[in-house]
Amino acid sequence: MATAGKPEPIPGTTIFDGTMAMRGYALNKMCYSFNEAANREAFLADEEAYCTKYGLNDEQRAAIKARNVLQLIAAGGNIYYLAKFAGIFGLNVQDVGAQQTGMTVEDFKAKLVAAGK
Amino acid sequence: MACIVGGISTSHIPAIGNAIAREMFEDPYWKPFFDGYPPVRAWLDEVKPDVAIVVYNDHGLNFFLDKMPTFSVGAAFEYQNKDEGWGLKPLPPFPGDPELSWHIIESLVAEEFDICTCQEMAVDHGFTVPMSLLWQDRAQTAVKTIPLVVNTVQHPLPTPARCFKLGQALGRAVESYDKDLKVVVLGTGGLSHQLDGERAGFINKNFDLMCLEKIVDEPEALTKYSIHDLVRLAGAQGAELILWLVMRGALGGKVSKVHSNYHIPISNTGAGLLVLENAA
Repeated sequence: MATAGKPEPIPGTTIFDGTMAMRGYALNKMCYSFNEAANREAFLADEEAYCTKYGLNDEQRAAIKARNVLQLIAAGGNIYYLAKFAGIFGLNVQDVGAQQTGMTVEDFKAKLVAAGK
Repeated sequence: MACIVGGISTSHIPAIGNAIAREMFEDPYWKPFFDGYPPVRAWLDEVKPDVAIVVYNDHGLNFFLDKMPTFSVGAAFEYQNKDEGWGLKPLPPFPGDPELSWHIIESLVAEEFDICTCQEMAVDHGFTVPMSLLWQDRAQTAVKTIPLVVNTVQHPLPTPARCFKLGQALGRAVESYDKDLKVVVLGTGGLSHQLDGERAGFINKNFDLMCLEKIVDEPEALTKYSIHDLVRLAGAQGAELILWLVMRGALGGKVSKVHSNYHIPISNTGAGLLVLENAA
């Protein structure tokens, strides 16, 4: 039920609030640009230049380079925009879920199936 | 006068759009999900709504963080679907009903819901997947659409109680429109799922089943939760339950359940389906 003051943090969960939205603005703006095929191609053609164009900081650049979703979230990335980044590499939300939880994709899918038992 | 014939809630996972495009209706993974929909389409064939108000959340197609309205209503002659970054072929545009849109906008603002109005609005999977599930053959339907977008991207999100009240105001708006139109309200998204963080893959079957039950006769019980409660109980994206509450608010106090289905998992989600009719 509704609680007063600052609520208890939820383990393994980052609330994408104003603080995170400010931190991740450049990163998310870049990922938002990936709605367009021409921008996805431009990124693939020269990642460094594309990150520079959007003004990513060092932490964001490193996370993009590592394709590391947890690092991208820590750097202010929002999962809806990051999904467009993941899509460039043909990764779906099970692939992304497996990476974040340190599981194989098969184990991650099995965990989802088990939730229905 | 216009009337609300009922409400439908359905998950709107992007993978469903893929599965429809590939016609995977009999595939063992998809069958328990798709088998939930023929009774809904039969109900729609019977009531024949003229307009569908589609309550959904934009996932970064029409809105970016530069301007993030809490509530937005489309007021366009048609709504374009576009590439969301995955290269899928966009669906043909969806016809709007701008005259009804402006009536709804006038009525909502008069009731102190100060919404964003959009004469251009690109619609993403949150809108198109439910439309494709409910109207399989677009050539056979003349249903018009009005998108109503709720921010679930950037916190603070509107509270469940506020969304329920918005739905109630939406219901009054439709029922004060002087044309004889039958309107169905779609509440999309949910149920429990979480895509991001170490908690990715979180699904809460018991909570989902409770919501599917309570929303019929005791929706006020669900409006007592905070957004933080919903994130904890239903996952970061499970907060989309607020979209179902807009739908429920738009119906009358008393409703009857026509049909429901629930299946885990579709993609990372507990997929819910519910058809409610305004009680006679």
